[in-house]
Amino acid sequence: MAGLENKMLISNLETIPDRRVVKHLGLVQGSSVRAKHVGRDIMASIKNLFGGELVGYTELLSESREEAMERLVQQAEAVGANAILNVRFSTSSVAQGAAEIYVYGTGVILE
Amino acid sequence: MSLQILLFLLLLVLGYFIGSYLERKHYRSIIKREAALNVLPAVASKILPAGSESYEQTLVLGNVTISVDYFKRFLATLHNFFGGSVSSYETLLDRARREALLRMKQEAQRLNADLVLNVKYETASIYKGSGSGVGSVEVLAYGTAMIPKRSAT
Repeated sequence: MAGLENKMLISNLETIPDRRVVKHLGLVQGSSVRAKHVGRDIMASIKNLFGGELVGYTELLSESREEAMERLVQQAEAVGANAILNVRFSTSSVAQGAAEIYVYGTGVILE
Repeated sequence: MSLQILLFLLLLVLGYFIGSYLERKHYRSIIKREAALNVLPAVASKILPAGSESYEQTLVLGNVTISVDYFKRFLATLHNFFGGSVSSYETLLDRARREALLRMKQEAQRLNADLVLNVKYETASIYKGSGSGVGSVEVLAYGTAMIPKRSAT
């Protein structure tokens, strides 16, 4: 993530209270595809018998989401935005054992 | 052949007992933490209450992947045949949503937020095994945490 001073404002609101949007810079996006490793897979098959949380998958998906968000921020920085509004997440399983995390939003310049 | 049936029955029984024990344990923990986090409202609205102070905003996330047990998956297969509401999956999704929301709220609390606006859920099924279809779901809850400027120094 960016440094503290010019930290990108990421929000899933369409407008930010008290702040005006100076310029819209269009859609910015980030995605990440991750596959799990074998160890996690074996644990998951055991958990699948008894139910409960699949911690490995939870971690995998949250790491993947972080990576996607980093890419989102990079792209927003590249177009010169200082905030990303109306952020949405989307998940799709592209193959067995691999998931794509997609995050997108509107890059804007706030005053 | 008889060994296979035996294994199947064993898995059903084990799945039933361990699965329902884990589910009850999870529900107890959810109810306890929900009560503790009641002070931090998470709402689907996008508008701040009128006359409130100024806030810093940041995105907060919470996610969880939960699997259904062998017994319930078997029940669901039967339900697929006869139709009707599949209560075993209803509790699975209910647990996953509530857990994801709790994790999101915990992150918001860590950031000293007052409330979380515009909460959205995103559900994805994780495919596992051959042909058994939905076995585990991932739920992501996200929203915009409103952090009062006085505490964010």
